[in-house]
Amino acid sequence: MKRRMPGFDPERFFDLIKGGHTGQLAIGFHAQGPGWIDLILPYDAKLVGDAATGILASGPIVALMDMATSSAVWIRRGRFAPHVTLDLRVDYLRPATPERAVIGRGECYRLSRSVAFVRGVAYHDAPNDPIAHVAGTFMLMDAPAKDVPLQDQRT
Amino acid sequence: MIALPPYAATLGARLERDEAGAPLLVLPFGEPVLGRPGFLHGGAIAGLLEVAAIAALAHVLEADGGGRIKPINVTVDYQRGGRDRVTYAAGVVTRLGNRIANVEATAWQDDRAKPIAAARLNYLIER
Repeated sequence: MKRRMPGFDPERFFDLIKGGHTGQLAIGFHAQGPGWIDLILPYDAKLVGDAATGILASGPIVALMDMATSSAVWIRRGRFAPHVTLDLRVDYLRPATPERAVIGRGECYRLSRSVAFVRGVAYHDAPNDPIAHVAGTFMLMDAPAKDVPLQDQRT
Repeated sequence: MIALPPYAATLGARLERDEAGAPLLVLPFGEPVLGRPGFLHGGAIAGLLEVAAIAALAHVLEADGGGRIKPINVTVDYQRGGRDRVTYAAGVVTRLGNRIANVEATAWQDDRAKPIAAARLNYLIER
C-alpha cells in the first residue's frame, strides 16, 4: 500500500501536466526512492536530432533533466515552489538508443537558504550505465528554504 | 544549406540568416515551449541554444570540408526569464580544430545585448 504523506506528489503533479513544453515532450513520472526521482521521456520521432540515425536531440534530454532535478528540489522542500535555473551542465556520455524511452534521475544533494544544488543522470536500463550526466543550480524564488530531513521525504 | 532536425520543428523554431549570412534561429512564443505561465521553459531555451550552436558549427564546417558533429557537453547560464514574445538565438564558433569545436550560443528577445541565456558547447568532429 502506498503511503500518503503531505508534501509534493510528483505522480499527481505530472498526471496534471498536459500542456506546455513538458506536455509537448510527454514527460511523465516513472519512479521514486529515498533522495531521488525518475521521470520518463518516451521516444518520439518528432524529437529526433539527426534524421539519418533517429537519435534523440539533446534538447529534450536537457528538458527531462531540468524537470527531474526540479522535482527533486520540490520533494526535498516538501512542496511545489517557484525556482529558476541558474545554470545546467550536461555531459553527453553516449547517444540515446533510437526507439527507446529515456529515464531521467534527479537528486537535490544540497539545499541552502536560496540555492538548490542538483545532479542527475539520464539512462535506459540502469543509472550506473548513463547516457548523460547533469549538474546544476536553482535559485529559490520565495522565502528561505526549509529543508525536509531525508526520512520525512515522501517516497 | 543546413537542414534543421525534426526536434527544431517540434519547438516551432525556424532558420533565418543574419546580415552577415550566418544562421539565426527564430522561435515564436507558444504552447510547445511554455514553462510556467507566461515564461519559456528552461529546457526549450537550452534546446534552442543547442540547435543554434549546431547550425553555426555546420555553417562554418561547410566551408572547411564538412564533417559529422557529435555533442560532448553543454553548459547553460540562464540570465533572464524568457517572456511571451519571439526569441532569437545564434552561435559563434570560437575555435574550430581538427577534432574539437568550441561554440558559444546566445538567446535574446528584444535586445541582443540583454541575453536571456548563454551556453558554452563542446563538439567532437568526425571528418
